[in-house]
Amino acid sequence: MARKPPEINAGSMADIAFLLLIFFLVTTTMDVDTGITRRLPPPVEKDIIDVPVKDRNVMKVLVNSRDMLMVDGKQVDVSMLKDLAKGFMAIYPDDGEHPETQVKFIKEINKEITTSKGIISLKNDRGTSYAMYISVQNELAAAFNEMKNDMSIRLFGVKYTQLVNKDRIKGVNSAVPIRISEAEPEDIGGS
Amino acid sequence: MRFKTKKGKESPAINTSSLPDIIFMLLFFFMVTTTMREVTFKVKMKLPEATEIQKLEKKSLVSYIYVGPPMNSKLFGTNTRIQLNDMFATIDDIPEFVQIERQNRPESDRKMITTSLKVDSDTRMGIVTDIKQELRKSGAFKINYSSRRKAVARKR
Repeated sequence: MARKPPEINAGSMADIAFLLLIFFLVTTTMDVDTGITRRLPPPVEKDIIDVPVKDRNVMKVLVNSRDMLMVDGKQVDVSMLKDLAKGFMAIYPDDGEHPETQVKFIKEINKEITTSKGIISLKNDRGTSYAMYISVQNELAAAFNEMKNDMSIRLFGVKYTQLVNKDRIKGVNSAVPIRISEAEPEDIGGS
Repeated sequence: MRFKTKKGKESPAINTSSLPDIIFMLLFFFMVTTTMREVTFKVKMKLPEATEIQKLEKKSLVSYIYVGPPMNSKLFGTNTRIQLNDMFATIDDIPEFVQIERQNRPESDRKMITTSLKVDSDTRMGIVTDIKQELRKSGAFKINYSSRRKAVARKR
């Protein structure tokens, strides 16, 4: 007669599992990495000639060391920045006050789109706090995201975030390029 | 009717034979949903809040730069420091760090490396600008300002 195999004592199984569980709880993190993605410009050569840009094509955003914000010479609150940026980048082909426009052919969607030649120039002091800088970047990103959304609704009738077709996403991206230029660092002070 | 006193009767033992299963289930849940910590933080970071945030897609193609005041302020003071991998570093170490990060990735992916800047929100921009300049010089153009999602819903 075959002998019964001896039973394994499973009483400590829970302890082993607990140990493993606690190990994983301690060594791992749960946070997902999120943030504002930007592309840095390539480094400039020393003897580069500054390309002249017409004054009406530039919106100057300055943040000083006391976290105060100035847009085109006027002090404003961060909450207004988004609407200012959107208003600046809006397209008025025949208005001398607004930035110049150009008609661009976008091959992904096979259409000609009028785009603004405006540039938002962002300049901050070395003493600006990072929180302030991020909130300015965030407002500008919000402005461009809303413009992309509007463009997407105008072209395809769908929100930008709901676009699936890669060509369409690329098309909207090139129809509404993110035109933020960050100045070469320098001290602008502001006390 | 007489009430029986429960004296002398032992309470029934709870069946614990399914306890390991429950714990294993928890274990697998945590193993699947979490990721390994890459480094021990030597600097404190309270990330800034933002609304227009994107998820970083490929974690293997992200290298991190941590900036903030040291955790151990008694030993290292409260000045803002940069942390690369597991060590404190200076601005001058960044080009080498970028080089090493690049060499650790397969050649086809090297152009897609994103540098995630995890910077404490109280940091002054001076040090961040210096880091950005170094990254520009060493050709790491894709950067991500790491920030948390703002809890309050925005008015649209």
